[in-house]
Amino acid sequence: MNTPNTPPDARAAGTGAPAGVAPGTGDSAASIHDIGYRNYTGRRLGGGYILRSLLVQTLRGVYGLGRSAKSKVLPMCLFAVMVLPAAIVVAVTVVTEASDLPLSQSEYVLTMQPVIGIFLAAAAPQAISLDLRHRTTPLYFSRPLERSEYVTAKYGALAAALFVFTAVPAVVLYAGALLAKLDFADQTGNFALGLVMCALFSVLHAGIAAAIAAHTPRRGFGVAGVIVAFTVPYFLVSALQGIAWDQDALGVTGWIGLASPGSLMDGIQATFLGGGSTFPGGRTPPLGEGAVYLLLTAALIAGSYFLLLRRYRKAGL
Amino acid sequence: MFDPTVARLTYRGLLGRRRVFLLSGLPLLLLVIAALVRATVGADDAVTANLLTGFGVATMVPLIGVIAGTGAIAPEIEDGSVLYLLAKPLKRPTIIVSKLIVAIGVSVVFTAVPMLLAGFVLNGNSGQLAVAFAVASALASVAYSALFLLLGTVTRHAVVIGLVYALIWEALVGSVVPGARVLSVQQWGLSLAERIAADGTGVSSSVGPVAGVVLLVVVTVLGGWFAGRKLRTLSPQAGEA
Repeated sequence: MNTPNTPPDARAAGTGAPAGVAPGTGDSAASIHDIGYRNYTGRRLGGGYILRSLLVQTLRGVYGLGRSAKSKVLPMCLFAVMVLPAAIVVAVTVVTEASDLPLSQSEYVLTMQPVIGIFLAAAAPQAISLDLRHRTTPLYFSRPLERSEYVTAKYGALAAALFVFTAVPAVVLYAGALLAKLDFADQTGNFALGLVMCALFSVLHAGIAAAIAAHTPRRGFGVAGVIVAFTVPYFLVSALQGIAWDQDALGVTGWIGLASPGSLMDGIQATFLGGGSTFPGGRTPPLGEGAVYLLLTAALIAGSYFLLLRRYRKAGL
Repeated sequence: MFDPTVARLTYRGLLGRRRVFLLSGLPLLLLVIAALVRATVGADDAVTANLLTGFGVATMVPLIGVIAGTGAIAPEIEDGSVLYLLAKPLKRPTIIVSKLIVAIGVSVVFTAVPMLLAGFVLNGNSGQLAVAFAVASALASVAYSALFLLLGTVTRHAVVIGLVYALIWEALVGSVVPGARVLSVQQWGLSLAERIAADGTGVSSSVGPVAGVVLLVVVTVLGGWFAGRKLRTLSPQAGEA
């Protein structure tokens, strides 16, 4: 995929000119003196290679791998907090010999939203704002790396990190369900839906967090912004849905749910992924409302990607 | 114990540039929601109490507390400019008290006033709800300011820890787990709201008003005192590694 600019032997074999003279200029007076330095003759790796490296590097950085021991504490602790309840759920299922998991994979993700929010609030500014703070972005863009490739790498790494964060407990739940000898077909179906939910959740939340983190070089602001963006609308939606429920205006709760990323995911998993919603009264949005939920999610994902692209348009930053 | 210059600098740091938007965003949101709910639902005591508790006392007040409390000192410690302040011939407790008073002032103004307004918008202060919630949020703001100011002197991750505390402990655990409620600033503030509000309006707290006020005072004084102690031995560190 990355073809080398010049095959290693082409120069020497072609003209017989000494190494160091640019090909095509011949041996005219305009030559650079060859003072004996070796040229780089290896493969030239382009933007795609940088993208992959940046993605892997960011993904590792989010979990503190390759960073100081202190940076590993928070992500690893949060990861443990995320997985432990899944193990407990499995243990309870096995001990009580229940016929089904007390909560499905997609419901589990929604239940653990506060933990995910903290993880993302710690991860996104670390992965994105610090490049702005330490002025490393111009260094990245001085390489053969396109703006869209940088954005894709950072966004992708964040989404992948979040997917790992949410999918591992889903795997634990699935493995536990199989060990408890629950119905195989049932559980595999739930697991697949759960993974779809994790992927959708990760891409949406990573996009919003990345867009916020890219707009401030200050880590503290980034953290605060991400947490506020996820929690304040969620509490607002919960409070308003509670009021609507008190007023017997159940139809409105679905539309109110559009106003926060958390309730957006809740509605989608209730409508399409076969989970129970946590909306008041356990109401599942009907198919029409569900389609609006999906559309809004897609719009938010695309919107945050374009916001990121626009943010990096100026090279100086 | 109060230095006007430190207070002025803190005040300008708090309300300067983007922070003022952050600070006024939530109260504005509360007022907009209040107006919307009043327009669609009409005046209703239960709805008022529900909204002012769920969004106001549980979400807005702790968040403003975090922004004002940590914002009063944490940025200076982070960028190292606190050294210039500490080098002045001022006692450390004086610096803390001045900053604390400003943080309390700012957070009370940005919480109690919008709560009072929202209460009037929602049901015209029927059942004394608007006054009750304004008092509750003012009291809670005082304690939050001291608590988060202390946090700002203790750790460089004050904003994160403060937000986690404010949103996870106060909003989720404090509203769900019964035992944890006794240890939540929100409930201490609400204890007075329960006293002021008329019966049957749905305002409830898990601690008595006397205990609530005593706990609030204890937390505020202890927080301020300990922050002063902490500032004495502060060793400025380099930025994020």
